[in-house]
Amino acid sequence: MTLLELKDVTAYYGPVQVLEGVSLSVPDGGAVGILGANGAGKTTTLRAISGTVRAGGSIVFDGTDIRGMRPDQVAALGIAHVPEGRGTLGDLTVRENLRVGAYLRKDRKQIASDIDYCLDLFPNLQNRIRSNASALSGGEQQMLAVARAFMAKPRLLLLDEASLGLAPSTAKNVYEAIGRLRRESGIAMLVVEQNANLAFTLVDTATVLETGRSVLSGTTAELKGMDEIRRAYLGG
Amino acid sequence: MGTFIQLVFDGLSTGSIYAALALAIVLVNQATGLINFAQGGMAVLSAYIAWQFTQWGLPLILAILAAVVVSFAFGALVERWLMRRFERGDPDTAVVVTIGLLTLITGFCAWLWSYNNRLFPSLFPLETVDIFGAAVSVRSIGTIAVLIAIMLLLQLLFIGTKLGLALRAVAINPQSAAFSGLPVGRLLMVGWGLAAVLGALAGVLVAPSLTLTPGMMDGALVYALAAVILGGLSSPIGVVVAAWLIGILENLAAVYVPFIGHDLKIAVPFILIFVVLIVRPQGLFGRKVVVRV
Repeated sequence: MTLLELKDVTAYYGPVQVLEGVSLSVPDGGAVGILGANGAGKTTTLRAISGTVRAGGSIVFDGTDIRGMRPDQVAALGIAHVPEGRGTLGDLTVRENLRVGAYLRKDRKQIASDIDYCLDLFPNLQNRIRSNASALSGGEQQMLAVARAFMAKPRLLLLDEASLGLAPSTAKNVYEAIGRLRRESGIAMLVVEQNANLAFTLVDTATVLETGRSVLSGTTAELKGMDEIRRAYLGG
Repeated sequence: MGTFIQLVFDGLSTGSIYAALALAIVLVNQATGLINFAQGGMAVLSAYIAWQFTQWGLPLILAILAAVVVSFAFGALVERWLMRRFERGDPDTAVVVTIGLLTLITGFCAWLWSYNNRLFPSLFPLETVDIFGAAVSVRSIGTIAVLIAIMLLLQLLFIGTKLGLALRAVAINPQSAAFSGLPVGRLLMVGWGLAAVLGALAGVLVAPSLTLTPGMMDGALVYALAAVILGGLSSPIGVVVAAWLIGILENLAAVYVPFIGHDLKIAVPFILIFVVLIVRPQGLFGRKVVVRV
């Protein structure tokens, strides 16, 4: 079953058209990657979904047209956006960040056990639970951002450049943990990632964007088999 | 010694009023990044509303509570119907809008209740108590106690409750907070409402001694802004300490420094600001804002 369906989505920053027609779909429980060069519209696609940029076309989530909704309304439907730059709340502690993530939930006991689950998933956060998020390393902040998104118990996670600015080994750790999260929770994911090799460890299929348009999509195996994809995104 | 203690208590008391207004300014600034110059005007309006309720026969404490409720709603409406239109634009425009609002509210109060001084009943009896040989007024002690209670309640709200956590999250990063489903607009309304309540309390505390006029809070607003700058915009504790410091210093300087006297005491906080800003531009307790590129 399709969880999220984008059809001919357009978006503008002022007079500049950034998305000229993006179509893609994410199946329930599936993980889809978005590949593309800088400025192809990957981040903007996620922003269009989460309601932080005004979009045209159609964006349907679980049978509801969410285009034009406010970000908090989109979040309430079960979409958690981990933005580029992580968006952790610097002056709040790690635990407070996780509690903000669970803002819309009422099941207190389950929230407590989900916090424990996050700390098991990202053991680095365990020792920093009382630290302000701004005192964390880049990798820890990224882990916190993912954990906070998970705390909302979303049905779909939008993940934007989770490896940005991280050492390769840290980035690998983060992606392994997200992979485990996916296996254990069944949350669907839409993943923007510069590092396609890393993205392919997580996603089943991917869509390629070029100058604001989706030009190609396929399974990771199919994409790896294409010469131009290998040259452009997989380092030969 | 007796005079000194008396001056310190009186200073703490007036300082507490500046502090309540300064906390309101900090609350709005933390949430929206702008300085609300209308905060004093809104406080005057609240005091007039309380006064009007007493005129209609409500007991003082109920009149104040009713005014607090109305002030909360008014603050929230100002955010929703006025400030939200400017929040995404140029911050300078929004600040000018608050100055316009100040003028508007002052004019409105004058139109409705005239410029004549109105006597405002005090919450506290006009008695004095003896502290180390000094006669300290119950009103001073009461005012200080109310401010301390306000601070404790705010602390409880922001540290101990889910609403407080949400307000802090929105103040830090509204967009990121929205990604967790926080209704940013509604939380901003609550923030403005709370600030208006703080202003209302400052208004009803100061009205008995100054008597109620449309411009009653103009002086207090200036001192509150001085406290905000001195204490640091990002530090609620800092602005309270700064407000107390200002209240005490202006009282002491007026009596003990003949050159200053009562006429020049208004200059004291500004000399203080001048010195502090040269040494610590972020204020005594504030944090430097570092812009990363």
